[in-house]
Amino acid sequence: MIDNLSMLLKVYLTAIPLIVLIGVYCIVVTHNLIRVLIGVEILTKAVTLLLIIAGYVTNNTAFAQSLIITLIVVEAVVVATAAGVILNVFKNNNSLHVRNIKHLRG
Amino acid sequence: MASSLILIPLIAVIIFNLPIMASHKRLPLLFGVVFSLWQAWLALFSAGSLWGNPVFPLPLLSGMHLQVTHLTLVMYLAIAIAAGSALVICWYTLEDGNKRFDVINLILLAIAGMNGVVSVTDLFTLYVFIEVVSIASFILIALHKDGDALEGSMKYILMSAIATLMMLSAIALFMMTTGSTAFGEIAHALRTQPDSLLRGTAVGLFLGGVFIKSGSVPFHGWLPDAYASAPAGVSVLLAGIVTKTTGIYTLIRLVTAVFGFSAHLQTLLLAIGALSIVVGALAALTQTDIKRMLAYSSISQMGYIVIGLGTGTTIGVAGAVFHLLNHAIFKTQLFANAAAVEEQTGTRNMDALGGLAEKMPVTGITSIIGFLSMAGVPPLSGFWSKLIIIIALWLSGYRWYALIAVAASVLTLAYMLSLQRRVFFGKLAAGFENLKEAELGIVLPAVILAAISIIAGIAFPFVLHRLILPIAAGW
Amino acid sequence: MTSVIDIILAVLTTLAALWAVMKGTLLRAAIALAATSVMVTIILFRLNAPLAAVFELSVCAGLITVIFMSTLSLTKPRTYEENMQHTKKRFSRYWLLPPIVGIAAIALAIFIKPFSLYFPFATSGTDVRSTLWNLRQADIIGQILILLVGVFGIIVLFKDKKKSGKEI
Repeated sequence: MIDNLSMLLKVYLTAIPLIVLIGVYCIVVTHNLIRVLIGVEILTKAVTLLLIIAGYVTNNTAFAQSLIITLIVVEAVVVATAAGVILNVFKNNNSLHVRNIKHLRG
Repeated sequence: MASSLILIPLIAVIIFNLPIMASHKRLPLLFGVVFSLWQAWLALFSAGSLWGNPVFPLPLLSGMHLQVTHLTLVMYLAIAIAAGSALVICWYTLEDGNKRFDVINLILLAIAGMNGVVSVTDLFTLYVFIEVVSIASFILIALHKDGDALEGSMKYILMSAIATLMMLSAIALFMMTTGSTAFGEIAHALRTQPDSLLRGTAVGLFLGGVFIKSGSVPFHGWLPDAYASAPAGVSVLLAGIVTKTTGIYTLIRLVTAVFGFSAHLQTLLLAIGALSIVVGALAALTQTDIKRMLAYSSISQMGYIVIGLGTGTTIGVAGAVFHLLNHAIFKTQLFANAAAVEEQTGTRNMDALGGLAEKMPVTGITSIIGFLSMAGVPPLSGFWSKLIIIIALWLSGYRWYALIAVAASVLTLAYMLSLQRRVFFGKLAAGFENLKEAELGIVLPAVILAAISIIAGIAFPFVLHRLILPIAAGW
Repeated sequence: MTSVIDIILAVLTTLAALWAVMKGTLLRAAIALAATSVMVTIILFRLNAPLAAVFELSVCAGLITVIFMSTLSLTKPRTYEENMQHTKKRFSRYWLLPPIVGIAAIALAIFIKPFSLYFPFATSGTDVRSTLWNLRQADIIGQILILLVGVFGIIVLFKDKKKSGKEI
């Protein structure tokens, strides 16, 4: 049982940093605001996985589940708000380019 | 009892939005002001035993696991002062009735969220309430939907998303290594278990998230944009209390109650604090926009709080918390003054202003009091908190940091004098011959806050014994 | 045997995330993001978290994809020529990602040794509903607050600027 658990930990603790890497690369490199949001979503997926792994290996999945449910509700509201802001950026500039949010400096 | 400070605004907002309440548009403002006054009164004069009672008459909600410490009481007071002023200023600076109504409701929800942030005892619940306050702030910043506002809001959304994801990963790692997310159990596990890579990563990630949230240098990029581009009343709320609660309070609470002081952590806090003080003050000197200058000065003042925490001594932490309260008072007031100037003149560019004290005497005088308090001139309250922090630094042997703190006070004086000179003193700028003082609703909060600065400075022994020493006695 | 399934699931999730980032058009990227959510859902089911899995599937793969789609439909799609040109430019920025992920995968696979944790932990109860209601009441209050904030956010952000006010 212990062996299975530690193997599982190894597998997912390898995959989660990779997903984080993909999300961060997306946020840093992209020029499109919606893609930035997609990057944030990918990072959220990685965190969801990390939470359930933490619950599973400590034999506490019920607890981890209740955290994940709350996290998903928060995530949906954040995405809706961000989408609203991005839509208004588009209405003002007729473009989704990241340069539209790079005017203020200094 | 602590739960009622979260639940009453929540229930009130639901009631205000019932269809039968549609004609009472002024009621939310009235409620917000009364609630703020009540909260301030509770924080100042309630007996300690009150907070333990599950006074809220719902046995169903006895499992919220809230805890009111002396630190929490100071924060309740700061929240009441800053958010109450922001409510009034928002009401009088917005014209559109529907927008007003939405904004007041959002601020009430943010108050409930902040009261939650300062009273929870669980990392994940802390995250949830931080998100409540942050999402409300995103929306409030973007209120007018012009280019700058949307830019400030979007930057805040991104930085905040990254910060909360770092905190959440830390929470998951803590769960993995300690089996719990409660403050007490994590603190216990951190003391008793051997150190490990996962645990170190968790502490580091959480601190990183909190530093981003608090806008400490070098994670401060989003803060001036968010503060300056928000509507006038909203920047009062943001600068006065939101980033202080979600960032700095969280940092103080976690370091004192969960992580505990260690040599590495203290070095980190002192370095980030000193960097924030200096960089914030230098950047403030070069600004031409009133609100941007005040935003950079916020970064600098946050540095004092972080450096006070970094001493790791009871007196340093007490000074840091006191400065947090003072900052809520004088920064709220200075942003209220900025709102009055922006409202009456239509500009925030200091080069286009000048000599306004002649036409707006109340705003001019309160602004001087605010800036003297921030620069640490006796006997105003800002003097005492800076003094405590500097003494704490000196006593614990960080003499260089003490010197930096003193030297930066001079910088504070310099940029605030420059602000006063360019906006209020000198010859009246062209085009403002018919300028009038701002409405009572905008001026009155500033007058009250300036009065609090003076009274808290003169009645310093009372504040010290009532609010600050209990924190030093045991956090 | 069990670990083989885990490896496959982990690899598929990573590939789905990679696909979401690399895909040329935003619409396909949103679909790939939904696919990532579906993979996470399967992992949640596998790790004894059926309720969280249902939430992940309905909210993340469902609702959030709908939000992305409607945002995309309200913004202007590019023309075909613009798209071709854009794809070329994109390639120069994104071609590095798959090799980086590959190298990082190998490095992590070598670096992370299978390890077990220090303590056997006590369970706090197996029923998620009772955990949520008895231990996490503050979270539920927080959720209600967040949903209310979200409602106001939608009112404020999606109201048409022309109708909603004079001041800009």
